Amino acid sequence: MAPVVVLWLAMCLGGTWAVDKGNFKTCDQSAFCKRQRALKPGESPYRALLETMELTNTRLTLQLINDNNKVRLLLELYRLQGNITRVKINELKPLKPRYEVPDVLIREPPTEPLSLLSQDENGVVLSLGAESQRVIVSARPFRLDIMEGREVLMSLNSRGLLAFEHLRMRKDTFSYKVTSTVAKLICCCHPTGPSAVSLDFSLPGVEHVYGIPEHADTLRLKTTDNGDPYRLYNLDVFQYELYNPMALYGAVPVMLAHNTQRTTGIFWLNAAETWVDISSNTAGKTVFGKMLDYVQGSSETPQTDVRWISESGIIDVFIMLGPKPKDVFSQYASLTGTQSFPPLTSLGYHQCRWNYNDQEDVKSVDAGFDEHDIPYDFIWLDIEHTDGKRYFTWDTHKFATPKEMLQGLMDKKRKMVAIVDPHIKVDSNYKIHNEIRSRGFYIKNKDGGDYEGWCWPGSAGYPDFTRIDMRDWWASMFAYDQYEGSMENLYTWNDMNEPSVFNGPEVTMHKDAMHGAWEHRDLHNTYGFYVQMATAEGLIKRSGGVERPFVLTRAFFAGSQRYGAVWTGDNAAEWDHLKISIPMCLSLGLVGISFCGADVGGFFKSPSTELLVRWYQTGAYQPFFRAHAHLDTPRREPWLFGPENTALIREAVRQRYTLLPYWYQQFYQAHRTGQPVMRPLWVEYPQDPATFTLDDEFLIGKDLLVHPVTEEGARGVTAYLPGKDEVWFDVHTFQRHNGAQNLYIPVTMSSIPVFQRGGSIIPRKLRVRRSSTCMEHDPYTLFVALNSQVTQMGELYIDDGHTFNYEKEEFIHRRLSFANNILSSLNLAPDAKFTTQSWIERIVILGASKPSKITLKAAESQVEFEFDASMSVLTLRKPGMNSGADWTVTLQ
Amino acid sequence: MSCQYHQHLLLPLLLSLLTAGVSSVEVQRPRGVSLSNRQFYEEGKPFTCLDNSATIPFDRVNDDYCDCKDGSDEPGTAACPNGSFYCTNAGFRSSFIPSSRINDGICDCCDTTDEYNSGAACQNTCRELGRKEMESLEKMAEIAKEGYRLKQLLIQEAKRGLEEKKKKLQDIQVTKKDLEDKVEALRTVKETAEQPEKEAKERHLKAWEDQKALIRMEKDMARMAEVFLELDDDGDGFVSVAELLSHSELNPDSDDSFTEAEAQVLLGGVDKVDTVTFEAVWNNIKEKYISEVTTVKTFSRLQEPFSDNDSEQLLQDNCKLYVRESFFTVFDINLEKEISFDFGPNSEFAYLYSQCYELTTSEYIYRLCPFNRVSQKPKYGGSETNLGTWGKWAGPEDNIYSVMKYEHGTGCWQGPNRSTTVKLTCGKETVVTSTSEPSRCEYLMEFISPAICQEPSSLESYFHEHQEL
Repeated sequence: MAPVVVLWLAMCLGGTWAVDKGNFKTCDQSAFCKRQRALKPGESPYRALLETMELTNTRLTLQLINDNNKVRLLLELYRLQGNITRVKINELKPLKPRYEVPDVLIREPPTEPLSLLSQDENGVVLSLGAESQRVIVSARPFRLDIMEGREVLMSLNSRGLLAFEHLRMRKDTFSYKVTSTVAKLICCCHPTGPSAVSLDFSLPGVEHVYGIPEHADTLRLKTTDNGDPYRLYNLDVFQYELYNPMALYGAVPVMLAHNTQRTTGIFWLNAAETWVDISSNTAGKTVFGKMLDYVQGSSETPQTDVRWISESGIIDVFIMLGPKPKDVFSQYASLTGTQSFPPLTSLGYHQCRWNYNDQEDVKSVDAGFDEHDIPYDFIWLDIEHTDGKRYFTWDTHKFATPKEMLQGLMDKKRKMVAIVDPHIKVDSNYKIHNEIRSRGFYIKNKDGGDYEGWCWPGSAGYPDFTRIDMRDWWASMFAYDQYEGSMENLYTWNDMNEPSVFNGPEVTMHKDAMHGAWEHRDLHNTYGFYVQMATAEGLIKRSGGVERPFVLTRAFFAGSQRYGAVWTGDNAAEWDHLKISIPMCLSLGLVGISFCGADVGGFFKSPSTELLVRWYQTGAYQPFFRAHAHLDTPRREPWLFGPENTALIREAVRQRYTLLPYWYQQFYQAHRTGQPVMRPLWVEYPQDPATFTLDDEFLIGKDLLVHPVTEEGARGVTAYLPGKDEVWFDVHTFQRHNGAQNLYIPVTMSSIPVFQRGGSIIPRKLRVRRSSTCMEHDPYTLFVALNSQVTQMGELYIDDGHTFNYEKEEFIHRRLSFANNILSSLNLAPDAKFTTQSWIERIVILGASKPSKITLKAAESQVEFEFDASMSVLTLRKPGMNSGADWTVTLQ
Repeated sequence: MSCQYHQHLLLPLLLSLLTAGVSSVEVQRPRGVSLSNRQFYEEGKPFTCLDNSATIPFDRVNDDYCDCKDGSDEPGTAACPNGSFYCTNAGFRSSFIPSSRINDGICDCCDTTDEYNSGAACQNTCRELGRKEMESLEKMAEIAKEGYRLKQLLIQEAKRGLEEKKKKLQDIQVTKKDLEDKVEALRTVKETAEQPEKEAKERHLKAWEDQKALIRMEKDMARMAEVFLELDDDGDGFVSVAELLSHSELNPDSDDSFTEAEAQVLLGGVDKVDTVTFEAVWNNIKEKYISEVTTVKTFSRLQEPFSDNDSEQLLQDNCKLYVRESFFTVFDINLEKEISFDFGPNSEFAYLYSQCYELTTSEYIYRLCPFNRVSQKPKYGGSETNLGTWGKWAGPEDNIYSVMKYEHGTGCWQGPNRSTTVKLTCGKETVVTSTSEPSRCEYLMEFISPAICQEPSSLESYFHEHQEL
């Protein structure tokens, strides 16, 4: 172990800025990846034994045989509700059970009947229900084709790369060469031999694939023929590099495939180390080459081929057949759940730093926000707040009276987040450690003793969060009488939960550490998922199930969206890191995790003032809005860069706060339907290829388009405004622009190019106060953006902002519509009960013409208005109706 | 909808109990308007926004809708994003708050007037605050007065000190010249004396042993000089108990702490010793002393053995003279440096020179030696870290002497060199009151000194200015 420690220290102390790639494995250094990748496309050795086929109402089972070694596999095929096909492949008779990922699916997915359409000696054809969708099981060699009409949507094992390393006794372990030192260090003795699984998917007609976060790469995934596959293995990567397929802190094994006709998704439910290869038959072709193909009638259709390789477990794959992007989101949400509905306050601004030194420091930063009139909701404490990195404790000198501090924040209607990491200091005077040890809750090493690794506190144990009894116990530690110094306005941050082990292989846990009967290898990628799950449960329980939790995590897996927010880890104060925050959060949104943000300002290094301001402007329009900074960087609270920059940052934060009603409504929708909050443009404009590779702009919901300035010294940006029938209004100037154009927008330091879609109605609260809670009862201003269509639509969602009472129908949900010069508010939830003090103080209609008279039906009164002819903006003065009431306003 | 904001609550203004002589008046004005602005808000007459952007009927003032671009029509509601609300705060200082703080449930004005419709249970604390402020201002005034008196003494002292030092420098330069002459003379004598010695080689050999001892002594003298200079951290020409304490290796017993008493014993029972006394106590120190620098310069100029008594004596004289000469050179340099410092417009900060002030926190002992350096030492063992050496006065233009900057301390990993900002405030004593590290490796020290005190009259006027009403 010692040399690894030295290696790690050297890496840290060396102070070089690039990630030390030598510390992280390439596919070549990962034995199973190298082995699997060495298999080339060709005829599959697998054959379907049709005579073993069993078809029940809910599933088809069938044995597969590998003609080379005669090992049999069991194929299970399910048709799931909502146009999803599940394909499971396991050994027919494994030596011992192979790991199947529990807890990620919200339930056993409900099935729909499969029916046999035809069968012969070559295979069987099954109906997938509507839309003439079929799955064809070919016997020799084995392959699956999913078709709609005459069109193949997706093929499995069409390139013959299905591989299933069956478990065997050690004597029979087939030999492979361990080539590098790193691999030797990391690679360990599989008790039952290698156990990797692999399968290929062909996507005819697809040139664009997305997803499989987390990678610091472009939104559209690249082909991997000339380099490493995309790697999914949760790792604490020190100073990560951009634009490469290296693994990062989290893993969601979900890929979306998209073309102008259809969007589909592949969910590869496997929690072991996973690599994803992508190749394309058009990847190398120039535009001219493609055109030539077209002119010459070249027969080859574009196709993307994908191959998944995992180190252990089984093949359990969900094929989501769309056809629209929103269908894929619903399909995926039906499997793993939707984004948790966050407390409204957590959508405000978060001020973080490693570290706020002491209570006095917290107090003075808090006062600084008031002094400079900048709103914020949360101030954060990193690891230094604890007593010697013992989580759930406070430094006795620096944070001697935490409740006093929390009460001070509560008096200002503000909140705090304190870090609780999963590595537990091995110290017999530390209650948490003693309890975990005595209850046997620690992860064990292969010899049965408690696994110990090195992390912030020094020697640390890692609780086995895969155990439900452990999670229950952990959750109970957040009770107010257990977590001393905690109060209801204290929330939690789970960092280092990949898990990070400073002296472990690749800075994480040894793969042969034991979680009960399972090796860490089998479930590594879900460790962080479980940590956040248990923590969120703790915050819910401490309030008796009343309050919504807020928990931020660094590591994540499919399903993590159910437990809180995610951030993109330890980025750097560089322009490229600002830029990459957009595709990184977009990729997470596509796979269900909407509550995403990047450290504003950049974690490592110190940003230039320009970069800091631009980052605030960008972060204000991303879902999770938190500034953070490394311990060794100079202070960078928003007011430290001169009055001009303070004003710029204040303005960006205030813009965020005015839009909180819209953000909150988007999160409500995400929670209800699984649609992402921050969306790539192609999600809303799936037929417009110009939107397929945009990395520098995005939508919030479907009605706000944001193209933040992310270039140093920018004088202008070119934003693509989609939709040939759309119009877009600059939210600052109200200037109207046509869709389907690249619009050049000159910018100054104060510019944040944001556009509201014509046809939409967006509620805002223009009275920005010092925290979101202070704005609770404030009135709304409705922004109605007209287009040539007949009806403009929007919604207004209001509840108490922090409890689960919305599940008991305690909310207001209104449909706002504007048609035929009548603006009305219609109750979308007539059974729901909630009352609000808030009212409509102003209605701004963009792209309007001047009316002669405006009447409010509720009161049969006239509404005063102002009309700005130069911009065609009509402003209704103080119509005054309650936000929860039915009303109509008529323009005459 | 909420229409309760229409009323224009007219505030009866409370007479300040603090300020005698103000006549009792009731001023009527819309909520949130300051006394000086009330003329612009005339009941019943159209209101023109203070930026002239619009004119509106008076019933739209404070009607909870923002009509003026500058927010001036809604001084008493939160309707305008850029409005401000005037807290009368009778009994305390009046103030403006952003109008976004009206009815947000948080008490901002001590007279509670900002929370007239939020349900927040605010207590009127103005009188209490006024009383406290009064007390604290009185206390400050008292401190300022006394501090300013002390400052005058410091200025006088500094003047005298400066003259003395200038004179001393002159004297030293004269003495040094004398010494140099003497050394030269002795050298001539020595060289003459050496002549017969060449003719008596056997005597040389016999005397060689003595000679070696002499060389050792001479080296010892030279080392003594070095050690003196090293120990004399603040360069005042004295080695003090405090300075000795930084060398824990001198601890005479093997227990943990090297006490002041023990150090005093080493210095022959006094608090500090000058160069002459230092010679006397040198034997107490030299065995254990570990130098701060790795290579010790020696003043040895002897390369060959000498033997006769005369030359021994000469040599000894020569050597001592040389050592003293080097002392003088050091003083010479220190004095010149000292005289050249910017000790403030009237040299009122001169008394800080060659002094050190300590503050002990839970983890560290911080040490500020003004015009020299700032350092930090772990309380429970560990080496001292330099938090910066004297850089410059760094206060704002109108008060440059209010901040000291110490720079180029020990470097931080991946960070800057440590530096310290020392903020000076007026007080009777000279003491470090707090230290903090607001940003990694950037320290902040609060330091009280009479030298920064302003003339009390100017403070009194400040005091009066802030007692509106």
